[in-house]
Parts: sequence; C-alpha cells; structure tokens
Amino acid sequence: MAKQYETVIGLEVHVELATKTKIFCGCSTAFGGAPNTHTCPVCTGMPGSLPVLNRQVVEYAVAVGLATNCTITRYCKFDRKNYFYPDNPQNYQISQLYLPICRDGGVEIETEAGKKKVGIHEIHMEEDAGKLIHDEWEDCSLVDYNRSGVPLIEIVSEPDMRSAEEVIAYLEKLRLIIQYLGASDCKLQEGSMRADVNLSVREVGAEAFGTRTEMKNLNSFKAIARAIEGERERQIDLLESGEKVVQETRRWDDTKECSYAMRSKEDAQDYRYFPEPDLAPVMIDEKWIEKIRADQPEFRTEKMARYKEEFGIPDYDIEILTNSKHLADIFEAATALCGQPKKVSNWLMVETMRLLKEKEMEPEDLCFSPENLAKLIGLTDRKEINNTVAKEVFEVMFEKDVDPEKYVEEKGLKTVNDEGALRAVVEKVIADHPQSVEDYHNGKEKAIGFLVGQTMKAMKGKAEPGMVNRLLKELL
Amino acid sequence: MEILAWSAVELAAKIKQKEVTVKEAVEAVFSRIEKKEKDLNCYVTLDQEGALKRAEEVQKKIEDGTLTGKLAGVPVAVKDNMCTEGMRTTCSSKILSDFIPTFSSEAVLNLEKAGAVIIGKTNMDEFAMGSTTETSAYGETKNPWNEAHVPGGSSGGSAAAVAAGECFFALGSDTGGSIRQPASFCGVVGMKPTYGTVSRYGLIAYGSSLDQIGPLTKNVTDCAAVMEMIASHDTKDSTSIKREDTDFTSVLTEDVKGLKIGIPRDYFGEGLDIEVKESVLAAAKALREKGALVEEFDLSLVEYAIPAYYTIASAEASSNLERFDGVKYGYRTKQYEGLHNMYKKTRSEGFGAEVKRRIMLGSFVLSSGYYDAYYLKALRTKALIKKAFDEAFTKYDMILGPVAPTTAPELGKSLSDPLKMYLGDIYTISVNLAGLPGISIPCGTDQKGLPIGLQLIGDCFSEKKLFQAAYAYEKIRGEFVLPANRKGGE
Repeated sequence: MAKQYETVIGLEVHVELATKTKIFCGCSTAFGGAPNTHTCPVCTGMPGSLPVLNRQVVEYAVAVGLATNCTITRYCKFDRKNYFYPDNPQNYQISQLYLPICRDGGVEIETEAGKKKVGIHEIHMEEDAGKLIHDEWEDCSLVDYNRSGVPLIEIVSEPDMRSAEEVIAYLEKLRLIIQYLGASDCKLQEGSMRADVNLSVREVGAEAFGTRTEMKNLNSFKAIARAIEGERERQIDLLESGEKVVQETRRWDDTKECSYAMRSKEDAQDYRYFPEPDLAPVMIDEKWIEKIRADQPEFRTEKMARYKEEFGIPDYDIEILTNSKHLADIFEAATALCGQPKKVSNWLMVETMRLLKEKEMEPEDLCFSPENLAKLIGLTDRKEINNTVAKEVFEVMFEKDVDPEKYVEEKGLKTVNDEGALRAVVEKVIADHPQSVEDYHNGKEKAIGFLVGQTMKAMKGKAEPGMVNRLLKELL
Repeated sequence: MEILAWSAVELAAKIKQKEVTVKEAVEAVFSRIEKKEKDLNCYVTLDQEGALKRAEEVQKKIEDGTLTGKLAGVPVAVKDNMCTEGMRTTCSSKILSDFIPTFSSEAVLNLEKAGAVIIGKTNMDEFAMGSTTETSAYGETKNPWNEAHVPGGSSGGSAAAVAAGECFFALGSDTGGSIRQPASFCGVVGMKPTYGTVSRYGLIAYGSSLDQIGPLTKNVTDCAAVMEMIASHDTKDSTSIKREDTDFTSVLTEDVKGLKIGIPRDYFGEGLDIEVKESVLAAAKALREKGALVEEFDLSLVEYAIPAYYTIASAEASSNLERFDGVKYGYRTKQYEGLHNMYKKTRSEGFGAEVKRRIMLGSFVLSSGYYDAYYLKALRTKALIKKAFDEAFTKYDMILGPVAPTTAPELGKSLSDPLKMYLGDIYTISVNLAGLPGISIPCGTDQKGLPIGLQLIGDCFSEKKLFQAAYAYEKIRGEFVLPANRKGGE
C-alpha cells in the first residue's frame, strides 16, 4: 500500500503598514511616485544619516499583536541584518531578531474540516527595500528607493497548517484582522501583503518534521494554493524515489506552475545580526498598550451585530459584506449616501461578486467609489435607466470608476419615458410579428416575452420594461 | 599684531571690539597654512574662497548685532568624517575620494549658526581607524612639535592644525580616544563629551555606540566655549540627549577645594613611560596642593577594555561601512564583471589595510557560531566596565590619569604591529565603552620636547566638573606655548 503523507506548513507573512511616512524618516510611503522622489539621505543610506523610529509603526505592530493574541514585548529592540544587494542602500536591513515586538500568539481559522488554532511564533518590525528595475535597452539595472524604508511587519506562524485550504483560511483571517485595524490594505498583487510558504512532508503518524523548503514569489491566494500543491507533490516524488529533500529557498513561477531553487542552505547567507546601535530600545508600557487597545476600531463581530441592528439586512449579506473591510467600507459609505442598504448590498453581493470571480480579483482590488454606486442606485430608483442598462454601466464603473450619471448622459442611455414614442414602436413591433401576436392570442403567454425583447431591441435597451409590457398588453 | 597667538575666544572678542576683522583672521590662518601645510599635511580639503566669502557675511552679522556668540568669526577646521554640504568629505579614504555630501552634519550646522568660519576638512586615520593619522589615503599628518613624529589619531589633522595655528580650533571625533590622544600628542586641549551630548547626525559612523564629536582647542576656555556651541539635542539622532546644563563656560574658576579625585593604580603600571608617569603625577600633586582630595584606588577590568573595544567597534564598523559599495556614491572600480565582482573590486581597491583588517575582524565576531563567544561577551564586558566606573564615581568626582602610555611615536613605527598600536588606547577606550566624558590637557613635555597629556574622566553629564578642574589645573600649570604661538610660528 502506498505511503500516506501529511503536509506541514508554516508561513512568513510580510505586511506593509499603512503609515503616511516611512519607518525611519519622514518620506512619504505613497505607492507609485516617480522613481526616487520619495527619498531622503536616511532611506537612501547616505553617509552620516541616522534612523529615527516612527511611533505609528510600533502602534500598528502592537495593535496587530493584540488582535492576534500575542504577548507584547515590553522592552524590544531593533537589529541589523547584513547582506549586500543594491536594493538595500545601507547593505543592512534594520529588522528585529533578538527581541521582536510580539510573541506567542495565534488565530482561529475555520475550514470545512472545522475550527483550528494556528499559532503565531512572533511578529517583528522591519524596513522594506527599494526596487530594482532592469533596463534591457541599456543593459543595466536601476534602483528606485521610493519603497526603501516603507514599514513592514513580518508575521511568523508556527508550522501548524496541513493544507492549502488551511493556509488560505489563515491568510484571509490575518488579512481581515489587519484591514479592520486599518494597519494595512493587504493587497497581495501590489505587494502590501506577501507570504512565503515553509513546507515539508512526513509520513502520517511520524513525530519528526521532514526537511522543509521555503517558497517565495507568491502573489495571489490562487498562486499560493497551486504552489503548495506543486511543492507537496515534488517533495513526495523525491521521497518516493528514494531521494532527499534539500533545505533551500525556491521561487514559484505561477505561469509555468513550477518552482526552481534560488539558494540552498549551504550557500545561505550569514546575516551577522547584531543590535542596531543607532536606535534606542523601545519601551512599551501598560499605559501605551491600553491606549492602543482603546483606540482599536470596530472589529468584524461588532460590525456584524451593528449591521443587523442598523440596516436590517439578511445574515447572509452581512457575512459576505464584512468579510472584507474594503467591501464593508463601500457598503457603509454608499448606504449613507443613498439610504438604501438592501439595494447597496444587492449590488455588492451579486454583480460585484460575479465580476470579482470572473476577473480573479479580490474585494481589496475594487476601485469604484461609494459615491458612484449611490448615484447608480439613484438612476435606477428614478427609473432613468432600466436594470439591464444599470448592469452595463456598473461593469464600466467596476473597470474605471466612471461617474454613472455623466456616463449615461454621454452615451445616451436614458430610458425613453415618452409613452407616445414608445407606443409607436410597440405598434410597429406588433405589425411586424403577426405570428407572435397570433400565438399570444392563442394563449401562448410566452410570446409576449419575445415581443418585449423585440421592442427593447428596437429601443436599444433604453425602455422601461414595465411600460413596454403594459403597452403591449394594451395594444394586443 | 600676532593674530595666531590668540585663543579662539580672544579672537572673537577682538573681532567684536573691532581690533581685527574676520577676513584678517581667515587670511592669517591661510598664510600660516601656506607656510606649513606642505610639511604638516593637516588638511585633506581647503576652501579659501568659501572661507573668505563666509568671513564677509559673518563680519556683517557681527557688526549689525545678529551674531554675538563667543566664537563668532573664528576660523575652524572640521575633521573629514563630518558631512559638509557642498564640500568634499572623504573620511581620508579613497572610497569617498569624490564624495560631496548633500547635507551638513548637525555639529557643523551648530558651528555655522554661531558664526564660525569653516576653512577646510582635516586629515584623519581612514574612517577614524588608527591612532597615528598614518592610515589616511591622503598621506600622513606630521606632528607640529617634531615633524619626525606622528600627531596621534585618528583626529590627528585637527590636533596638528590647532597646534600649528592652521586654524583656531577644530572638531574631532572620538571612538576610542581619537580626540584625547592626538590632543595629548600635539599639546592641545581635547574633550570627548558624554555619549549623546553632541549629535552624531552627519558624522560618518565608525563605531556608532561609541562615536562622539568633540572640540580640539588651544586651551580649556576655548574648549568649554566650543562645547556650549555644539552640544544640542537633535531629534534626527535617536541617541541624542536633552541636557539643560550646557552653560559650560560658567564654571571656569580656579576653585578645586574639596574636589575628590581618584587615581587608578591600574593606569600607572607596566607599559607606562616614566616621563609621562611623573608628569601626570606632578599634575595630581599640584591639584592636591590647591585643595583637591587626591587618592589612589583600584579600577578593575582595565585589561579587558581593549579586547572589548576592538570587538564592539569593529563589529559596528563592519556593518557601518557596508554602504560603501560603489553603487550609489563614492569610488567604483573601473572594470568589473557583474555585481559581485564590482563589490569585491571596489571595496578591495577603495579601502586601506587597517580598514579591511577591522571589517574582517568585525565580520568574524558577528558571524554565526562566534557571536556569543565574542560580540556578546564584549557587550557584557562593556556593561561590567560601566559598573566599575559607576562604583568609582560613588567615591570620586573624577578620575585622573595619563591619556596615552607614551608621547607621540615616530612616523612609520606603529602600523607594522597593530596589536601594539591598539595597546596605546588602554587609558582612553574605557571612557567610550562607558559613555563617559573625558578631557585631555597638556601637562608637560618629555626630554624630546614632545607634549604629555593629562586625562580627567568624569561621570556621565559631569563635563562642568571636568572643565572646572581642567581650568584650575591650567592656571596652576601656567602658559603652555604651542608651536602656533612661537614667534613667527616656527
């Protein structure tokens, strides 16, 4: 009988914090500026520059630690991690090794198999590196230090996960917590949330862990799931054919759906960590922790209760809406503008979810504004456009966040409410389709549907279906 | 009118009284430089044009009353490891041979605010690593007292420039004695302040947890005046401390009655030159005669200071110097194949032997498997040394001893035996490890006519006591004629 294997997975999750300025200088953290415009002597590693810690970074890290049941380190320090690479202007990264800010926490996840706790070994603060851009034309590499010094926290889990499903559930849970805290937008595709997967396999029932590999370059939940499946199979194949798994870092190529080795343990770098002498230790007292706790925003369970109470929408809607902070924010803002919670919810639950799924996107990637969604609802309420047109407009909004009122105006999509004009068209449709008219009179109720369709087609969709129905019945 | 014979504070007073102009002072300095610099090599970079332009601006501000400080209009030299906006800053290394900073260090800004006129950047041991100024990539500096000898280091250029009258005062930096030891070798006053008193922002780091900027001056009064100017709380430096007691010139009285001075027996043992010993003990006796209570005691752990220091300083240096990689600024090798080769060649060609030695030493003590045995042990030793000083300061107001075991060695005699050179730091480095203030004051000369330095070490934040005792001693000692003050500067 073939051997049964168990997958053991631990995660290292990097999250870019949503501070306005960088971790050790006053430069902006805004994404997408022209290269090297959000820089200063500190984040470009100029000689003589010194780091000064941004307290907001500590507060976000503590908030995430509290929300994930960690112990907060009262006397924490930064350390230097030394390695040469051009995206790292000082050739050392300021991080935490010896006294990370949070330790020994965990979150509960839920999968089809039930509930389970995933332990968090530690959370530490560190600075991000710059970005290397290879110029094929000039055959050289250029460095953009805009991202250098953007604050990160790294959340290191215990090796508690056993499947891709658990990993995704854990990541979703973390993302939700962090988004609710406002500590990060956690966008995998933009890199504000990055996960490295440590994976090993062992025979079911074995005590000892197998040799693990670390997988990098995972930019979506789907990629993570595929990488886990691929790596599990690769390791099992090795073991089955009598070979050994080599401890190494591997890079996942999601387009080819395979991974390749980046570096093995033998040539792993010695980072020569030591305490950062340019920064004073961070003392976190009870008072500070209490303040951070008191300032924590509404969490999901509180939000769910409030939605039920305040908006009276179904539990199912609440479940989905609150599963993404961004989605919940859109819901609340649009509802505040148009006063119709159920209608807003419907747009988010049906059309939005359909398009997200179709385009393989996450709710965090939604770009349309609550204002525009409220306007769209207004247009349908006033019957200025019919539902079919509204869906078309929404698709455009989903893509480009257009103002629906302007768009409808420009494209001439308004419903024709002139009964006289519509009556003329209906009369023509009846005249043109005698067979259908006859069918209708012979009791084929369905035939009216065909005639409505023909009328809508003639009106280029800009008719109010109720009125078309009424006129047809009247004229037939 | 012998402008160069005046101290910095005297010069500023005479400028204020319109006996002399700032321009005349700058010109006097540059005429001395013209005469002596080719022999002494105190400077890496000089900026005569900029200094003269600045002299005019400062003169105007003194005349219209916007600049009234004790050092307004005084020409100053800055050690070449402090960034000066628009002025080349090399750390006496080839790797920064063309580096022009985009900002000035906080200490330099404080000088400028006070109306001092920067005339150039002084030579030093490469990246402040050395005790003789011989590791500079721009040639060694010579001792103005005897050009066959070194000026000490690493702030050798600053000390020699002050002694030779090539400036009125200078800034240096002190990681293990780099201000006090050259001050001692060149017969000038030098202070290493309490860690955190002078901002390190813009100081190109050697050993970050030990580095402190301080003055090198002709006398104690100048030293206190410069300290008043450069001590500041700087939010850009996380290790900078807010102090309210920086009115250092307010304590310059001759009163030492009741001052408790401890003399560590450990500082007068084997290896100490007999002439240095006698001179320093004579100074102690003189203070006792003025009413100070002087007594010997045992300061433990002295022999562990050197290994602890070279472990910690080298470890930090190995990391601090990683940024010099040929990517962003400074020297890059001409021919290379790929990134790794570029790094390797740039750093091999750009750094000198002593810097490479300390980078290797520092990388070794931090490497995995050795960290606990070396670096961590050194940190523990550092804590114990601090404790030993804390204990001493429960009994004494200050500690008195020599600055260095000998007077300035001859040129070319030190670098061949680095371990021996490191031993020369034995009396100065504990002060950096414990973050304490220390001052070096000339207390005599040896038979060769080379200056001997007396060191006073105080508890953290006790600079005022040190200034008081140093000032009193200076009065007892009487005039100490620097080469700068000899007739015609010869």
